[in-house]
Amino acid sequence: MQLPVYLDYSATTPVDPRVVDAMVPWLGQRFGNPASRSHAYGWDAEQAVEQAREHVAALVGCDVRELVWTSGATESINLAIKGAASFYKDKGKHLITVKTEHKATLDTMRELEREGFEVTYLDVQENGLLDLEQFAQALRKDTVLASVMLVNNEIGVIQDIAALGRMCRDRGVLFHVDSAQATGKVAIDLASLPVDLMSFSAHKTYGPKGVGALYVRRKPRVRIDAQIHGGGHERGMRSGTLPTHQIVGMGEAFRIARAEMATENDRIRMLRDRLHRGIVALEEVYINGDMDQRVPHNLNASFNYVEGESLIMAVKDLAVSSGSACTSASLEPSYVLRALGRSDELAHSSIRFSVGRFTTEEDVDFAIALLKDKVGRLREMSPLWEMVKEGIDLNTVQWSAH
Amino acid sequence: MAYSDKVIDHYENPRNVGALDKADPSVGTGMVGAPACGDVMKLQIKVSASGVIEDARFKTYGCGSAIASSSLVTEWVKGKTLDEAMAIRNTQIAEELALPPVKIHCSILAEDAIKAAVEDYRKKHGDTTAGHPVESSQQQAA
Repeated sequence: MQLPVYLDYSATTPVDPRVVDAMVPWLGQRFGNPASRSHAYGWDAEQAVEQAREHVAALVGCDVRELVWTSGATESINLAIKGAASFYKDKGKHLITVKTEHKATLDTMRELEREGFEVTYLDVQENGLLDLEQFAQALRKDTVLASVMLVNNEIGVIQDIAALGRMCRDRGVLFHVDSAQATGKVAIDLASLPVDLMSFSAHKTYGPKGVGALYVRRKPRVRIDAQIHGGGHERGMRSGTLPTHQIVGMGEAFRIARAEMATENDRIRMLRDRLHRGIVALEEVYINGDMDQRVPHNLNASFNYVEGESLIMAVKDLAVSSGSACTSASLEPSYVLRALGRSDELAHSSIRFSVGRFTTEEDVDFAIALLKDKVGRLREMSPLWEMVKEGIDLNTVQWSAH
Repeated sequence: MAYSDKVIDHYENPRNVGALDKADPSVGTGMVGAPACGDVMKLQIKVSASGVIEDARFKTYGCGSAIASSSLVTEWVKGKTLDEAMAIRNTQIAEELALPPVKIHCSILAEDAIKAAVEDYRKKHGDTTAGHPVESSQQQAA
């Protein structure tokens, strides 16, 4: 077992060795520019890019002509939201998103606010899921686009994209879905989903960093204004020489995901459930986010009466993410957990565990034993735990704020 | 966050973790901070008849720097008179532990914890000359 044990697959995944093997030739002797139309080097590279596009299209059930290569999900999200907002600005200037979205979406929306758009940021319920009725009420005549993520990166909950998309379609509102955390985890069939734009990333699904794709629906046709100009690649929607090796990597990663996701998800669910059982056996542990409408990879738990940063320090043999952003010098708790209505204390003491393709039972058992030991030790050291054990209700204590 | 070796040492091997009987007249208890801020420190001192701190215990809910700051001050106050303990400044704690600027508040909290513990002890003994009254844990927790 290699330490620290990697339980942070939602941050990024290792590139599958089969993907590495597929990529390497395109860095060496097969170096051609896929846009070179006049010689065999170019034709060879173009063919590889198009084959990769077929693999991605097959995983998500769309036409190859509906996919645009990008540098990753952040660029895809920027292109989808800014591109559509710009193209359809004469229709209206209202956009809708959710408070628990990734910063790629929220920061893009903030930028559009500076440019004169009005944005509605919807709350979620305590389980992290959108209230469909509330979403319907937010849709207006001048709403151009709504953006909702399929799988949340922190708590792993799955939004009802089909229902949300139908509401958007009924009212003529474009619907963008951030699927960076979803590919290979939940089935996606764009042929039947009422979704107009969808963003993808390679590196969350055992592909390389630095490559992603944007789905842009053809029927009914969705238009976006390009955000990067120069050469008119990707049917004018995203210029720039295509990184053949990266694209081949994404294609191979998505091919493997399609072939293996059914059996892989069963195994991963078994591991996650094992971790879940081990963790809730400790006292005062709270699971964040709905446990049913959730990908099998994710577990997000708050360890009450233990401070988040010291918890992360205590579990340094585990590579996990903290809901507390203390480590980045801003003492802000996770905005996602705050949106669920979690107290600052619980938000601060949360850990996101995400298991994946190379996680073993041994890894999970190691994590459970370590948490049991360290959480116990920190609670022994905690005046809050002592007071709770004495029967004092901490909410009645008048703290000296500092 | 890159912690100094001293912070890591105190965090991994905290000195004087535990509790003294807060009803004991020779014990002063100070609790400072708030859970919502991410730090709560409880410092207890046991004072001899001659006015010297002969034992100290702490419990801290907080980050590694907060745990290290409180662990350190339990070592520092032992053997000191109350006035000497009151003279400990957060800057000395921050310097000893090489705390980064974002963690200076941990050392301030530790200094406040000493003051709160000493004032609780003095209050028990009817001495109100310690300056401005600071709520001790007993009042706060009531």
